[in-house]
Amino acid sequence: MTRQRLFNGVCIGALIAFALLWIMPFAWAIDTSLKPEAETTIVPVTWGIENLTFDAYTKVLGAGNILQWYFNSFVISTLIAVFSVVFCSMAGYALSRIRFRGSTFVFWFILAGIMIPGQALIVPLFREFAAVNLIDTYWAVILPQIAAPVAVFVFKQFFDGVPRELEEAARVDGASRLRIYARIFLPLSRPAISAVAIFTFVWSWNNFLWPLLVLTSTPLVTLPVGLATVSSAYGIQYAQIMASAVLGALPLLVVFLLFQRRIVEGIAGTGLKY
Amino acid sequence: MGTATTLPPRTAETPATQPHRRDRRTLSGLGFLAPFLVLYILFLFGPSLYGFVMSFFNASLVKGGLSSFAGFGNYAEAFSTPEFWSALWHTVWFTILTTPPLVVLALVFALLADRLVRGRWFFRLVFFAPYVLPSAVVALIWVWLYTPDLGLLNDWVAKLPGNLAAPTWLGDPSWAMISVALTTVWWTIGFNFVLYLAGLQDIPRDLYEASAIDGASPWKQITRITIPLLGRTTTLVAVLQVIASLKIFDQIYLMTGGGPDFATRPAIQYIYDVGFTDYRVGYASAVSMVLFALILVVSLVWFWLVRRQERVS
Repeated sequence: MTRQRLFNGVCIGALIAFALLWIMPFAWAIDTSLKPEAETTIVPVTWGIENLTFDAYTKVLGAGNILQWYFNSFVISTLIAVFSVVFCSMAGYALSRIRFRGSTFVFWFILAGIMIPGQALIVPLFREFAAVNLIDTYWAVILPQIAAPVAVFVFKQFFDGVPRELEEAARVDGASRLRIYARIFLPLSRPAISAVAIFTFVWSWNNFLWPLLVLTSTPLVTLPVGLATVSSAYGIQYAQIMASAVLGALPLLVVFLLFQRRIVEGIAGTGLKY
Repeated sequence: MGTATTLPPRTAETPATQPHRRDRRTLSGLGFLAPFLVLYILFLFGPSLYGFVMSFFNASLVKGGLSSFAGFGNYAEAFSTPEFWSALWHTVWFTILTTPPLVVLALVFALLADRLVRGRWFFRLVFFAPYVLPSAVVALIWVWLYTPDLGLLNDWVAKLPGNLAAPTWLGDPSWAMISVALTTVWWTIGFNFVLYLAGLQDIPRDLYEASAIDGASPWKQITRITIPLLGRTTTLVAVLQVIASLKIFDQIYLMTGGGPDFATRPAIQYIYDVGFTDYRVGYASAVSMVLFALILVVSLVWFWLVRRQERVS
């Protein structure tokens, strides 16, 4: 029994050591961001803050860019999440409940899409959007990210688990497909809706390469694209760079803290990397 | 609605005798699928085909259309260009550097956290939180950690016994990729950690109790029960990791810009450079197709592995 306890003790010790290592970059970023610029370049490095100041934050926020980036990212990610939930749940419903000629083909056709890596499409996609003059608009970022095959399968799987009796009654009463979908399936699928919505939101918020390519004017860029310009804009003003990093991390940390269980269950349940 | 009682039971539908119902079903099925399918064809399936076609032409970004037919010229050029091979190698090198630690460490973390009765949520929070951050935030923080002379990591190395000199983390061609890999392990391990925690939940507890009665040590239990039973999770984690690592772009672009002297430029950045800096979109498409094929092969091997594992169990 004591051997068991000793073993557990060692395990917990190791876990705490790893956890400290994992927190360290965060702690260091926050620590730096709260120092006056002059203190950030002292060697050897000093932990802790002698002259706590929010100077870096007021400067970064005062410049206004980051607030604009928050807004752009928020609008873009919200629209993508909403459209994704609506379109993908409709598609998932059709694949799960309506057997029509060609539905097996459509199923495999969509399944094949999971294999296509978005990064391999940047060249043809860019040409498409250039041809219709949508480069440097929100739509160029939003449209390609709505149709996520993964989300369709999350919904299909969920709908497959809905007992037939629930819709039979409504169908016998003469309710239309659309009514059954909207009144029975959608309200039942709140776990699937929130999983898809949260994932799509986080994933599109963090998307970098595509927005970097199609958003070229500063007022429109998303937060990650904007942040990529920060270190060259602020030069060696480390406190301000770290303040930007902390502000950039904040919205997602809040989303994560609010929806921790859903996010973790979503990953464990689907096992799919968005 | 009283009409319900007069309708025949719906349990056995006979589509052959009810052609109009079948047509209606096709119509409503496609109706529900239409919004998704339109976007899917326009922005995922269509561009894949378009990219494939473009890879056989000398298409340019500054001119519309496909320009002249190149046959396999773009592919032949890619395979005979050292820059292509070096970019492909950097992608593979990054995958080799990140996959083992991201699988093994995630397993270790999950095994450790699983022993806790309380407080598991805290470690889940600590290890998973970095995963939700944008790559740009991660890059800003880690570039600061790696800063020569001023950075925290240099300070730590200086404090180690043995008078070690810290490497120029991102500036030394032989260290740059290792540094980016280190950052990536910190950033993305939470995803694998969560998958392993879920896998551990599925192992029946009485297996441990039975083996404890037989006098098995905790270490024996882990090596003889836990790890073998996590086999399927490990396959999933490893393959998802390989696929994700093969798509590396963000961290490298943000932290080293592909340098120093192209020493870390991965395949996607090569596509980006030849397509959007040199305007050679036909050639860039050919390179995309090669990367696509590589990822496809990995995915298919995964399907095959999973199938085989399922047949065994």
